[in-house]
This record gives sequence, structure tokens and C-alpha cells, in this order.
Amino acid sequence: MSILVYLEHADGAVKKTSLEAVSYGKALADKLGAGDVIALGLGSIAEAELAKAGTAGASKVLHVSDERLTAGIIQAHATAVAEVYKSIGASTLVLAKSSLGDAVAARLAVKLDASLVSNVVELPDTSAGYQVKRSIYTGKAFAVTEVTKEHKILAVKKNAVDLKTDGAAAAVEIISVNLSDADFAGKITATDKAEGDILLPEADIVVSGGRGLKGPENWGMIESLAKELGAATGCSKPVSDIGWRPHHEHVGQTGVKVAPTLYVAVGISGAIQHLAGVNSSKCIVVINKDPEAPFFKAADYGIVGDAFEVLPKLTEAVKALK
Amino acid sequence: MKILVCITHVPDTTSKIQFTDNNTKFDKNGVQFIIGPYDDYALARAVELKEQLGGSLTVLNVGEVDTEPTLRKALAIGADDAIRINAHPKDSLFVANQIAQIAKSNGYDLILMGRESIDFNGGMVHGMVGELLGMPSFSPVMKLEVDGDTVKMAREIEGGKEQVEAKLPLIAGCQEPIAEWKIPNMRGIMSARTKPLQVVEPSNDEVATSVSTFQLPPAKGAVKLIDKDNVDELVKLLKNEAKVL
Ligand SMILES: Cc1cc2nc3c(=O)[nH]c(=O)nc-3n(C[C@H](O)[C@H](O)[C@H](O)COP(=O)(O)OP(=O)(O)OC[C@H]3O[C@@H](n4cnc5c(N)ncnc54)[C@H](O)[C@@H]3O)c2cc1C
Repeated sequence: MSILVYLEHADGAVKKTSLEAVSYGKALADKLGAGDVIALGLGSIAEAELAKAGTAGASKVLHVSDERLTAGIIQAHATAVAEVYKSIGASTLVLAKSSLGDAVAARLAVKLDASLVSNVVELPDTSAGYQVKRSIYTGKAFAVTEVTKEHKILAVKKNAVDLKTDGAAAAVEIISVNLSDADFAGKITATDKAEGDILLPEADIVVSGGRGLKGPENWGMIESLAKELGAATGCSKPVSDIGWRPHHEHVGQTGVKVAPTLYVAVGISGAIQHLAGVNSSKCIVVINKDPEAPFFKAADYGIVGDAFEVLPKLTEAVKALK
Repeated sequence: MKILVCITHVPDTTSKIQFTDNNTKFDKNGVQFIIGPYDDYALARAVELKEQLGGSLTVLNVGEVDTEPTLRKALAIGADDAIRINAHPKDSLFVANQIAQIAKSNGYDLILMGRESIDFNGGMVHGMVGELLGMPSFSPVMKLEVDGDTVKMAREIEGGKEQVEAKLPLIAGCQEPIAEWKIPNMRGIMSARTKPLQVVEPSNDEVATSVSTFQLPPAKGAVKLIDKDNVDELVKLLKNEAKVL
């Protein structure tokens, strides 16, 4: 019995969240004596990138290098993963919770007749049955979930496990799978990506602005601080609704959910729907001129002050640190 | 064009989440239930598509009798009829099986739902239904246009979006900005009262998971306030105390 880990990549680089999934798989194997941890990459990914799965805890990396899998075609990925899962006789599939991961895992749950648990935050407790703790109500609670099927799929929430970096180099083995035309029922005709930016869902530091910034012309202040911190930029929902910022920067319950080490919120009130997208952050800093802004209740550090005054000073102070 | 929209019945986004019975049950006390926000986007887009292309629009919910006001609201927004599968939605596989069962006998061209519910946040049902029906599924979909039997979608990917094309029939898990939420008007509310709401008994009891207990996160400590004229202090604390820089 082994554990298979599905790797996602962005432009050929294996995602950090997928490497966290590998580390989770390794910790799971150690805990349950569950055998090998085998990672699987699909599409064009450089061998050096795939080898990182070894450092994160995989003993072997399988690579289906079929070009058609480079894009995240949901059905084709599900078919490929199911075939590999069965061929290696795996008992558990581990992956990172993400929009592609969720969609692929859902199809796999049916294909493999497996119990799927998403948003997993801890290793399972097997003292009585097989119970997994997952985050629910958009981070406002947890559910201890009993897994009833023999085969298990666990989608791990970002930052829920420490990324292992001391594993051994793993050999990468090229394999092939059978894919039919039906697996490619959806054709990707174009991809629009924010060039050169740090991806928001993956970022370690996020600087977000809200309606308190008054207009898109003032976003330079947010960008300068983000640049000094090596951070991604985000925003509140009204900011993307009005069109000051692109939709994919909108953080919260109906937008992107982030879990960075540091979240800096500037001119954002801290409505419960915004907090739902940031409550997994390790440290939250809030800058708001209203001392009664609800965000201060969720923050670790706060400055009551005008963003237009505080932000340039903060950017200078971060610069001086270097 | 025959459209099915699957909706969840979930606590309002501002609800305080609490549990009772030794943390085994959600505490409904004082909680208002709404159409899941992502499902509301799916419904809004379905209403627009029906206006544009004609056909029928059915809403479906797997839930007990207390979810009927939520279904009536969907009827007021523009659905023609509603189906309630009379069961507690035990887990995503259970819900997916119910939806697939109805879909099999009704031949929908398009099945829309939210990308995920805001209670259990699984984001699984669309994919499971797709697999059960052998139909392509796409999620999270932020734009969806129908041109003959071709569907052009924009799917959100990390840090951007991709344009996807596929043929009907298909399933989409929707999110904004696919359409503006629709607010029911008086005429909609009046007509919703007489629109058909069919109650169907569940067909397949299979589950893959069950919740044994709920937990709340530990309470957050108080915020440390730093004077606005002393931002250097904040940077020092982030570096030395919080160790995040
Ligand atoms: C179903 C539903 C889902 C939602 N989902 C989301 C979501 O995913 N994400 C999200 O963000 N919102 C979401 N919302 C909206 C949410 O309820 C709030 O309306 C929104 O977060 C408010 O954005 P804001 O804080 O930028 O704006 P405002 O509420 O207008 O607050 C602006 C803040 O800026 C401060 N300010 C003003 N000027 C300055 C200044 N010069 N310097 C410093 N501070 C200043 C003010 O004191 C205020 O606190 C959702 C709402 C609903 C109903």
C-alpha cells in the first residue's frame, strides 16, 4: 500500500502547496506505516522541479509528460491520476486544496470509490476509526470527519503542515497513461495570467487595499509596500466590483482565500466576508483610520491612522530594515 | 434549452457559527438561511440564459422541509419549477447521487451550481455529478456563454483565468462575476407561490464521510496597537516578535 501525491504546477514550477501535500503524505506514511510516498506530475514540468518532491518527502516521482496535460483539463487529469493510482496499488491520494485540485479530486472520488475530505488541517487520528479534521464555514469552524471508505483522498489546506526540505533526491520515472478524446471534452483556447506578479493564493506575504484607498490611482502606495516586502497584492470585494483592481485579486468568502505568513490590510473595514478569506493567516496587520473598524478584532498588530500618511512611512521603514 | 440549477441552503454569511448537543449539531438558533452565495451567481446566470435562449429552468435542493423558503426564493428570482429531494444532505457523495438520479431521467442541457457551498466548502459536488453522469464538468467558472451547442467559459486559475470551450451538455461550478445577483421583485414573489415545487424521496443512501464532532478555533488574543508616528516599531515587532519578516 502506498500514498500517491498529485502535483500541480504553474508554468512548469511545482507549486509550494503541492510540495506541502508531499510532506503531508510523508508524515502520514510515517504515522501509519503506509509504505512509499509517490508523487505524480502531469504535463511539461522540468525534471529538476519534479525532483523537489523528493526533498519534500517523496521516495519516487512519476511523470506523465504528455503535452496535452500541461493545461489543467479536469477530466483528463482525473483519468490519468486514477490510472496511476490503481497501477501502483495506492490506498490514499493526497493533494493540495485548490480550484483545480478540488475539481479533479471530486471526479476521482467517484472513479476510485474513495472518501474525499477537503480542507484537511491535520494528520488523521486513527485511534478509533479514521478521523480527519477539516476546516469548514470558511475558516470559522472545524469538523472532525469520519472516513468510511477503504480508499481515501485528502485535500490539504495551505500552511496546514510544515514543508519538509530535507528529504532525499528522488528518481523521476517517465510513464504513460491511456487518455481518450472524451477526456479532452473541454478545450482551453487562451490563458490570461498576471505577468511577473507573485500569485496571490500562493504568496507568503499579502498587502491588500480596501475602499479606504479612495481610488485606483492610489494603488501605487500598496504596490510599493508589496514590492519592498516581496508580497502579492490583494483587495476587498467592492474594490474589484468597482473595477479599481482585477477580479482575481479580490480576497474573501466569495473571492480568493489566502493563508500567508503575513497579511497587511489597509483601508479595509474587516467585514466578516472579507475575514473569511484571511482568517488562516499567521499574522495580520491592520491599518485603518477608524479605531472601531472590526478588522482590529482579528488583527495581531494595528495602526490607527490615515493610510496616505502611514503607508509611505511603513514602506520606508521596511526598506531601512534591509 | 433545459437548465438545472442546484442550490444550497446555508447560514447567512454574517452568522455566528455555534454548535449544540456536545458539539455534534449546528446551532440554528437566530441564524438566517440563504441561497448559497455561489449558487446565487449560478441562478442569476441561468435566468439570463433562459431569457436569451428560451426553454426551462428548474432549481433543485437536497434538504428537508425547512429549505422550502429558499427554493421559493429561487422561484421568485426566475426559476420555473423546483425539486426538493427530501433528505438531510449527509455528505457530498450523497448529494451528488441525488442530483445525478434526477438529471439522468430529465436530460438537462446545462447543470449549474456554485463552485462550493459556504458551510462545508468542499467544492466537490459538480465534479462528482459529472463523473456519475459521464459529463464534462468545469469549475470555478466566472463567465459562461452559450452559442448553439458550444459553451464558451472563463475558468479561474491561480493568478488569472483561462478560456475554455466545450459542447453541451455540461456541468459548471459558478462564481462571480458570471452575473449580477438578482433580487426578487413583487411579481416574482407573488408568482413563486403558485409555481410547482415537487418533493422527491432520496434514491441512494450511500455516504463516504460523516462528521463526528465540530470544533471552534481558539479565541484570538487582543490586537497590539502601535502609534502611527512610530511605524519603525511595527517593523521591529514583525521581525523580532512575530518573526514574519
Ligand atoms: C454574500 C457576500 C459575500 C461577500 N464576499 C466578500 C469577499 O469575498 N471579500 C470582501 O472583501 N468583501 C465581501 N463582501 C462585502 C463585505 O461585506 C464588505 O462590504 C467589504 O469587505 C467592504 O470592503 P472595504 O472594507 O474595502 O470597504 P468599506 O466597508 O467601505 O470600508 C473602508 C474602510 O476603510 C477605512 N478608511 C477610509 N479611509 C481611510 C484612510 N484614508 N486610511 C485608512 N483607512 C481608511 C474606513 O474606516 C473603513 O473601515 C461580501 C458581502 C456579501 C453580502
